[in-house]
Amino acid sequence: MQFDSFSAFLDMGGYGFYVWLSFGISTALILALIFNSIYAHKQVIKNIAIRQQRENKLRELRSQRNKTQTNTPKEVI
Amino acid sequence: MAAANLSYRAVFSLVLKRDLTIAMRHKDDIINPLLFFVIVITLFPLGIGPEAQTLSRIAPGIIWVAALLSTLLSLDRLFKSDYEDGSLEQMLLSPQPIFVLVLAKIVAHWLITGLPLILIAPLLAILLHLNEQSYSALMLTLLLGTPVLSLLGAIGVALTVGIKKGGVLLSLLVLPLYIPVLIFATSAIDTAALGLPYSGQLAIIAALFFGSLTLAPFAVSAALKVSTN
Amino acid sequence: MWKWLHPYANPEVSYHLTGRIIPWFSALTILFLSIGLIWALAFAPADYQQGDSFRIFYIHVPAASLSMGIYLGMAIAAFTSLVWQFKLADASAAAMAPVGAIFTAIALITGSAWGKPMWGTWWIWDARLTSELILLFLYLGVIALHNAFEDKALAGKAAGILTLVGVINLPIIKYSVEWWNTLHQGSTVSNLGKPSMSVEMLWPFVFCFLGFALLVGTIVCIRFRSEILIRNSIRPWVKALALEKSLSNNALENK
Repeated sequence: MQFDSFSAFLDMGGYGFYVWLSFGISTALILALIFNSIYAHKQVIKNIAIRQQRENKLRELRSQRNKTQTNTPKEVI
Repeated sequence: MAAANLSYRAVFSLVLKRDLTIAMRHKDDIINPLLFFVIVITLFPLGIGPEAQTLSRIAPGIIWVAALLSTLLSLDRLFKSDYEDGSLEQMLLSPQPIFVLVLAKIVAHWLITGLPLILIAPLLAILLHLNEQSYSALMLTLLLGTPVLSLLGAIGVALTVGIKKGGVLLSLLVLPLYIPVLIFATSAIDTAALGLPYSGQLAIIAALFFGSLTLAPFAVSAALKVSTN
Repeated sequence: MWKWLHPYANPEVSYHLTGRIIPWFSALTILFLSIGLIWALAFAPADYQQGDSFRIFYIHVPAASLSMGIYLGMAIAAFTSLVWQFKLADASAAAMAPVGAIFTAIALITGSAWGKPMWGTWWIWDARLTSELILLFLYLGVIALHNAFEDKALAGKAAGILTLVGVINLPIIKYSVEWWNTLHQGSTVSNLGKPSMSVEMLWPFVFCFLGFALLVGTIVCIRFRSEILIRNSIRPWVKALALEKSLSNNALENK
């Protein structure tokens, strides 16, 4: 251990501000990057799933409509 | 058709002539960037103050930054109109190598924008009280440096020509690539003002020129193929 | 050898492979970074000239060399994708760009916070700092180009060309300290065989460097997986995977 006390550790031989500034900003940037990456991954999966569900619903509707049309062919005319 | 067996030189001069003719018919395309160059340079003495000493100290930087910006302004028309009316795609489909076509277009762009800029630069240098020993350095760096600006800029335009609002993106892509030219050109002019030899900086700009002359047309052709899809 | 590599060119295989790698990488990252940073902050000796401000070195140098290393990786990926039309290389280049930009920013900020007490100024326009700043601009340009195109394959190609044009900046950064006589100090750990720093300082540095490199690997893997999904969003396996994941998420939320 290079430092006698915790306050000496925080002081960093007078350079505390600069050392903790650079460590702090680096940690903040890296954490932001990690959370952004994980969040973006979840978002991508969610978007694909939503689009897929919408497409499935459309397909179902279309097949139903086709069925009703074939069941009742030329009544309207 | 005879066009299939044209020599490279014939293709080059054909495209060059075509671009120059088009430019001559739209004279504002030549005059506007030049006017922009002049106006930007006249803004600096008004903003900083008329002291001759300050002005002569910052003159190389002002002239070069203004040259960068006016080149950037004129870059847009390098491929844009050809892209919009479809003639760019025709060129890419032609049997001639794209390298030659692209090089001809870039040379035309330099003749239209770079050359007038070089011709008018000494006049503006007088307005900025540039050191008398620096004039030859200014002219030489502009002569070697402005083609580099056209060549590197062509890469950026080729990448962004297919994008609707590519203007801001273009400057974001191209300006970082211009920084080395700016650094060495202004350093050469400053060195010349001290009466020292500036051949080192000039050699680096020449290296940039020849490097981009040989490599940039390849990058531009690849980028045009991507943009026209 | 190419036959052996071939299955990994399949997006589905590499998606699941990276998924299996990530836990290992993140565990190793936490291990190495916590050992390295605690050692660097509390146990490594202070520099006899620079005192405790030298501890910034343990972030600054790994970040700076990784910022260049990531760019090199991106350039190699761009080259493979342009020459061999290898789609996954595009995805990996797109995944690397933001990580590289963040590490370049970290290198610049920590360098500036180190420069203030040592040189008396936050910023100086010397060759290495300027070229590192250009590197940041290049990263931002590549990211902007990736976002500018709707079609991700086109975006990858365009950004790849820009990446390759920007490669010229790497040797300039690397050798700027030797070419120009500037304020920035020369390389401290250039040759591992005979380093100019003492062993008590070298070991925490090695741990920090490996930790940051593994961190980059982890983040790039996470982003790479997103890029694969975006590029293959119409493939059946992606659709099935997305539906399954979102269903399990919904079930968790409803509980």
